[in-house]
Amino acid sequence: MLTYTIQRLLWLIPTILAMALVTFLVMHATPGSPLDPVAEGANPLSPEAQKNLAEAYGLDKPLWEQFGIFLGKSLRGDFGQSFVYKTRTVSEILVETFPISLFLGAMALAIAIAGGVTLGILAAVYQNRSWDYVCVSLATLGVSLPNFVLAVFLIVLFSFVIPLFPTGGWGSPRDWVLPAVTLALGPLGIIARFTRSSMVEVIRSDYIRTARAKGLAEQPVVLKHVLKNALIPVVTLLGPMFAAVGTGSFFVESIFRVPGMGRFFVQSMTGRDYPMIMAVVLIYGAFLALMNLLVDLAYGLIDPRIRY
Amino acid sequence: MALSTPASGTSLAAAGLAAAPSTQTSNLWRDAWRRLLRNKLAVVGGVTVILLCLVAIFADFIAPYSYTKANFGKIYEFPSREFPLGTDQLGRDVLSRMIYGARVSMLVGLGAQVIIVMIGVPIGLVAGYLGGRVDLLLTRFIDVMYAFPRLLFVILIMSMLGAGLMNIFIAIGLTGWVGIARQTRAQVLSIKEKEFVEGARALGAGFFRTVTKHVLPSALTPIVVSVTFGIPEAIFTEAALSFIGVGINPPTPSWGQMVGENQQYLRSYWHLCVFPSIAIAITMLSFTFFGDGVRDALDPKMK
Repeated sequence: MLTYTIQRLLWLIPTILAMALVTFLVMHATPGSPLDPVAEGANPLSPEAQKNLAEAYGLDKPLWEQFGIFLGKSLRGDFGQSFVYKTRTVSEILVETFPISLFLGAMALAIAIAGGVTLGILAAVYQNRSWDYVCVSLATLGVSLPNFVLAVFLIVLFSFVIPLFPTGGWGSPRDWVLPAVTLALGPLGIIARFTRSSMVEVIRSDYIRTARAKGLAEQPVVLKHVLKNALIPVVTLLGPMFAAVGTGSFFVESIFRVPGMGRFFVQSMTGRDYPMIMAVVLIYGAFLALMNLLVDLAYGLIDPRIRY
Repeated sequence: MALSTPASGTSLAAAGLAAAPSTQTSNLWRDAWRRLLRNKLAVVGGVTVILLCLVAIFADFIAPYSYTKANFGKIYEFPSREFPLGTDQLGRDVLSRMIYGARVSMLVGLGAQVIIVMIGVPIGLVAGYLGGRVDLLLTRFIDVMYAFPRLLFVILIMSMLGAGLMNIFIAIGLTGWVGIARQTRAQVLSIKEKEFVEGARALGAGFFRTVTKHVLPSALTPIVVSVTFGIPEAIFTEAALSFIGVGINPPTPSWGQMVGENQQYLRSYWHLCVFPSIAIAITMLSFTFFGDGVRDALDPKMK
């Protein structure tokens, strides 16, 4: 187990390095430069000004050297100055916004797990009866509708028709509800579908027949024997899911005006904010890899059949 | 075949499970087709998809107004007799713009799949069939691709190529092949050990012939399933890109763009945002139901 963990942690290094390199290259290959004027159609800066700026940001050095400098600095947690928010460093901005996204993501994931597992159990227990179809349809709705469409529907329903929650903002817990639910519905659908199919499979297995044969009531069979085994594959989903939800969604955060880090995934691209692009891609990648590792380790703990 | 649906087909799944005893020669695809037709949700989804395609193809004849023509005397009109779904900030008819928006969605959904299949399937085939070093290298590459936030990568490519329909195809294709490559590889891994492949090789079939004539046809099921689910994913990606403003170039309308542009005015002019949202929702749901049906039909054990 320990050697496995160390091995996996070591694999993280080349994976993240490769990600950094690819992002760096594509980013620099993209036409348009951070030295272009911000306003559309504005006159370009004078050549001297451009030269000075390039020097100040280190953009005049050869690419491989820039990459080297970036790597060295980022190891110490320094991602450099943002090109768009010129007075602040990328680290400062992210320290402020990442926790908000993480918090929103954690709430969303909690809703998704609670709701998804419940729907999945109901669907599996009432397999091929009307309850099953209700649950599966709900899950499909969550899976297939884009975030921003769900957000529009939820705002219309719960802010306009029934004025329960505000349309946006991030001040009080009441503001948290709609963005968290919007963010949760997609993962909820996935978890529900996965739980259902996994439960259906376990219900048909021999040891469940044995449990029933020895006279156990339906409820303990489902909750103790089926659920425990059926949830194991569901755990694998949670890693990538939390990485996606916990780093913030551009759509949910911009529609509900949540000051999280989701918007930087888009703004940094459109604004040619090189340091920010590198930072958000690497944070996402590292987060995803780490979550996957945690899930794999948890897997070994939950399921004694798996050994590393 | 549609007429042969027995009266006992009350329960969708029960029907899906029952292997139809047939006197005709049956093969995988014909059986799957029969099972698909018995799945009501899938049929509803499929019919909606066909309708949407028709709307997209005949947009010029269906749309009551032009999608570009501004009418500054009638801006921000709410739904009325004259404009069934209202008008936008330039007085353009929302219904007409949505009808043309269907064209973009359908084109992207189907077009991107062509590129995805052309990149993903060969890579999966080669990785799975050759194994060894090549496989290790390709799977590592696929893993790295997986680690990227997908949408971010698409946006990156879009800002490299510029907005436009063709570039959306390319961006979605370049990022979307990973899943299908994985599926194909996994399938090929098990098929290449089968006797009939060994037989083909023993009879002297070369690499190309073995792969295209023997391995690929048997690996087709997951590829078809992957493509059916890839369509709504591509439609979603286009909508998301256009929402952000790096997708379709205005004045060409796209549903995602309409939602994105008008999302701030949701309280004042709800019609600008809600109708395109409904259109996206219906499209995505139809494709998903249809895709679910195709998967269940091809792999009846799953149900």
